[in-house]
Amino acid sequence: MATRHSNATYRLIRRLKSVGLYAAVAMVMVYVVFPYYWAFVTSTRSAQAIYSFSLLPSLDLTNYVQLFSNAVFIGALVNSIIVALASTMIALAIGILAAYGFGRLHFAAGRYLLIAVLMISVFPQVVVLSGMFEVIGWLRLYNSPGALVVSYLILTLPFTTWILASFIRDLPVELEEAALIDGCSRLRILTHVLLPLMWPAIASTGLLAFILSWNEFLFALTFILTDENRTVPVAIGLLTGSSRYEVPYGLLMAASVTVTLPLLVLVLIFQRKIVAGLTTGAVKG
Amino acid sequence: MTPTDRARRAETRVAWLFVAPLVVILLAVAIWPLGRTVFFAFTDAYLDNPGSYDFVGFANFVTVWEDATFWRAVRNTLVFTVVSVGIETMLGLAIALLLHRAFLGRGLVRAAILIPWAMPMVVSTRIWDWMLNDQFGLINKVLVELGIIAKGIAWTADPSLLLGVVIFIDVWVTTPFMVLLILAGLQLIPEDLYEAAEVSGVPQWKRFWSITLPLVAPAIGVAMLFRTLDALRMFDLSYVLAANNANTMTMSIYARDQLIGFQDLGVGSAASTWVFLIIGLIAIVIVGLLRLDRPHH
Repeated sequence: MATRHSNATYRLIRRLKSVGLYAAVAMVMVYVVFPYYWAFVTSTRSAQAIYSFSLLPSLDLTNYVQLFSNAVFIGALVNSIIVALASTMIALAIGILAAYGFGRLHFAAGRYLLIAVLMISVFPQVVVLSGMFEVIGWLRLYNSPGALVVSYLILTLPFTTWILASFIRDLPVELEEAALIDGCSRLRILTHVLLPLMWPAIASTGLLAFILSWNEFLFALTFILTDENRTVPVAIGLLTGSSRYEVPYGLLMAASVTVTLPLLVLVLIFQRKIVAGLTTGAVKG
Repeated sequence: MTPTDRARRAETRVAWLFVAPLVVILLAVAIWPLGRTVFFAFTDAYLDNPGSYDFVGFANFVTVWEDATFWRAVRNTLVFTVVSVGIETMLGLAIALLLHRAFLGRGLVRAAILIPWAMPMVVSTRIWDWMLNDQFGLINKVLVELGIIAKGIAWTADPSLLLGVVIFIDVWVTTPFMVLLILAGLQLIPEDLYEAAEVSGVPQWKRFWSITLPLVAPAIGVAMLFRTLDALRMFDLSYVLAANNANTMTMSIYARDQLIGFQDLGVGSAASTWVFLIIGLIAIVIVGLLRLDRPHH
């Protein structure tokens, strides 16, 4: 007997396999996307309609109106933007300088230093909490967004350095040699020859640093005391009703949708670059 | 001294100048705070007046060691880490293998998979908290409609379920990271290896066991290392879901609670130092295992 399938059976099996593949992909999509969609649906429901299970959003914007007329939330949004931008900028500026040192210049201690930098990036945050408290006290930054700009450097600086260093290492050396012979300084080479080539890497690294700072919770909870200086994750984390049964879910979901939206837009636009940055950070280590 | 020697020295000097700002900042926000944490662990200082203290030797370390709550937190953290990283790795591998195949709209799916990862942990926690709400949550509604359960389960109020819920949410949040790293590993495997195996009639499951898995193992190992170290320091998920409930309290929550809740700088710092030692030890063991796995390096 022929062990090979007839053409018709073969085609049927292939079609079934393809249906199975798309079904599995659809399940993955529902798993990753649905919770955010459901948060959006809930955010469009009035307090009375919130317990409806219809999968379609209502068109009630009460929660958003309430959210954006809430001074504390607007303040938290502004604080989050300032803190995340400032900490990202500083981490990038210092990270680019250090990355050039590590990625291009030969010095014996560089290897060990870079490994130390990588080790700092896996520090549990709570381990530096006591000491950081003191540093922030000395800088007179307690309960101000500046405390977060400074403390977030421990999160952002190690990996911006790491990723940018491996990017610079992969650039061809010939680019610089001509400039070196012309007597350019190293700093000028970095700013005029390499920097224009580095924008894709800087964009993706910057985005990762921004997301990290935007989402941070432990330092923001600990170093900020009063509502008007809080960042959004803490504002959302601490938002409760007068009891467990009176949590304002509609408002909470409106806030959740709002803070996540800018991240999602950025992530969907820069998807490829983020993936490249994440995998350099981890795989090349 | 030859000119090349001089050039090399000059290069070293320039290199140090370039990395100096990084070194200074990391000394200020990482090394110094770490050192001070260890220092305070040997004192009886309080947070409101850290300037006045006496040295108390290892008393704080003993206090933490003898505290049953601390060991509960250690156990919670270890269970959380092992179970969630285990599930994330299996699920991440499965989804990565799926997304590695060619299908229509693959780019879109690969972008969408980043959504749980990009969301703030606080937001993910609160969304799932809402979906798992005992009376009005969608999950209970669906389970009841399907006839799987008779009436809603108090997912986030029942102490025996709480750690499971924390793991469930963490799996949702961090599986994308695993998927991305494993996908990157899969893309490095040369396609002709599979073609050769297919031509020689090697069955599909065997191709997976003897080609895919060994070649993607380094990527999985690195991903697991990163995820494990991340899971061991988890704070926000448990804290937002259940504050300092004993069933989900992690080591980080315990240490912060001593430090901020009780304002006890000495005991809090000792707890932090224990956390550092425990995580450091686990990191050394894992890195050692990964090295043993790769005898060529």
